[in-house]
Amino acid sequence: MVITSDDIRKVALLARLGLTEAEIDKFAKEIGGILTYVQQLQAVDTTGVEPTYQVTQLVNVQREDFVEYFLESDRKKLVTNAPNNDGEYIRVKRVK
Amino acid sequence: MLTDELSISQAHAGLVKKEFSSLELAEAALDVIAKKNPEINACITVTAELAREQSAAVDKKIAAGESIGALEGVPYNLKDVFMTRGIRTTAASKVLENYIPPFDTTVYQKLKAAGGVLVAKTNTDEFTMGASNETSAFGPVKNPHDQERVSGGSSGGPAASTAVGMGLYSIATDTGGSIRQPASFCGVVGFKPTYGVISRYGDIPMASSLDTLGPIAKTVEDVATVLQAIQGSDPKDATCANRPVPDYAKAVQQDIKGLRVGVPKEFFVEGMEPGVEKAIRAAIESMAKAGAEIVEVSMPHTKYALPTYYIIAPAEVSSNMARYDGVRFGHATKEAIEDYVQYYMKTRDESIGDEVKRRIMIGTYVLSAGSYDAYYRQAQKVRTLVCGDFEEVFKKVDVLVGATSPTVAFRLGEKSSDPLAMYLADILTVSANIAGTPAISVPCGTALPPDGKIPMPVGLQIIGPQYGEEVVLRAAAGYERIGK
Repeated sequence: MVITSDDIRKVALLARLGLTEAEIDKFAKEIGGILTYVQQLQAVDTTGVEPTYQVTQLVNVQREDFVEYFLESDRKKLVTNAPNNDGEYIRVKRVK
Repeated sequence: MLTDELSISQAHAGLVKKEFSSLELAEAALDVIAKKNPEINACITVTAELAREQSAAVDKKIAAGESIGALEGVPYNLKDVFMTRGIRTTAASKVLENYIPPFDTTVYQKLKAAGGVLVAKTNTDEFTMGASNETSAFGPVKNPHDQERVSGGSSGGPAASTAVGMGLYSIATDTGGSIRQPASFCGVVGFKPTYGVISRYGDIPMASSLDTLGPIAKTVEDVATVLQAIQGSDPKDATCANRPVPDYAKAVQQDIKGLRVGVPKEFFVEGMEPGVEKAIRAAIESMAKAGAEIVEVSMPHTKYALPTYYIIAPAEVSSNMARYDGVRFGHATKEAIEDYVQYYMKTRDESIGDEVKRRIMIGTYVLSAGSYDAYYRQAQKVRTLVCGDFEEVFKKVDVLVGATSPTVAFRLGEKSSDPLAMYLADILTVSANIAGTPAISVPCGTALPPDGKIPMPVGLQIIGPQYGEEVVLRAAAGYERIGK
């Protein structure tokens, strides 16, 4: 099975990766090879088999609903770690 | 007294007898780093000042006549994917090149409380994706046994650093073999416990249903000591089991007489190097001589484990990597871009490495409408079948053994331009991640690579049932004793 450069373009957009044309062609080849390899799973008979999402058997792990306070210095750090901030707020691009 | 020779238990004994101080141990580790890191590149950040502070505090306790714990005053390092408040944490990526976390990983907090002395944040494949530590944005890690060969990955930094004494142990992560394979390539012990027994809070996630933390050290007893200190429930990790921690010191004392050891025939894969096969079969022979009962078994879905992994892991990666958008932390493009989608695309294209990009795209593809059922859902069902193989086989035997890797360490650059060839390096390790079962790699001699003259370490892999840390440690310690 081959994955086309167009498929890569679509996937890259979904994944928010701004690939160059050269990258698109390169990845189309490499990912094509990998998908061909993993495709062999389609031949496995999984009739009546339930999917496994995780192996812990834990279900609905919850915590008490109370407010936990941060140190002010840590809270400040969360804002100033943002590449675009004005000290108090994180600046984001307008979403249209 | 050298950190490349001392085990944790020897270091502890030496500190108690006042043969050396914790500061001397820290300085010895820092000395190895200064001398060897320019060659092998195992460390990204060296925390010399912190190490001196932490060791001085322990020396004060010892001088005051107070008793110290098993890890107290012992130098160690952390794979650079663990949040350490105030200390740069990079995931070996340009994305987090200058990232300073405002919080601590739970395991790091535990080691601090246990008096551990942190000497470095060690190198890894970028965001832990790789099997050779060649995808790191900070350069590859060289194998200390032959610097033209890879250290293995993704925990190449932790394994190589422990082998040469940049600390007496390391904490690392294993998602598809990332603790065990580099441990086998570098000749040290690496343990991936059952998924969920060690808290992942603070570990930068790669694939959330597969990521497992674990120790790397020079002996099985050391690995058990570290596991004892870092295991335990954590309200901050909803996937962390709330189970009592067993007594691992007892487990490593037991011998292997009567232990039922299964040898899955499917583990002797095509393409396994003859030297590796020889070393593994010799190891199994010595276990038999020590009284273990060797049983040939079959795990029919073994050949589907790797393709299953390379659907599930990238799918989870595509989700975990979505947070790196240059908004709250990490790299942001300096180009003036107003459109938010273009801003994300440029930011991510500029900073994320090729292997990580590949996995994000494979993951996005297998989760997208039209592909989901044929790839992702099918892989989840085959995952059930792989788990079933383990459940069946552990009705007949106590542990499974085989090679950790079909080859010894390969040459730098040999597989880095063929992603699929690199993925095949994980062929023997991924099953234990898919099923969440504990697995350890123990050194079992050396083998001459087909393309070299220097004998390279071989690792024996021992796998146990879920929550079977004790029987795995028993088998590993038992083999280690006779293997010497």
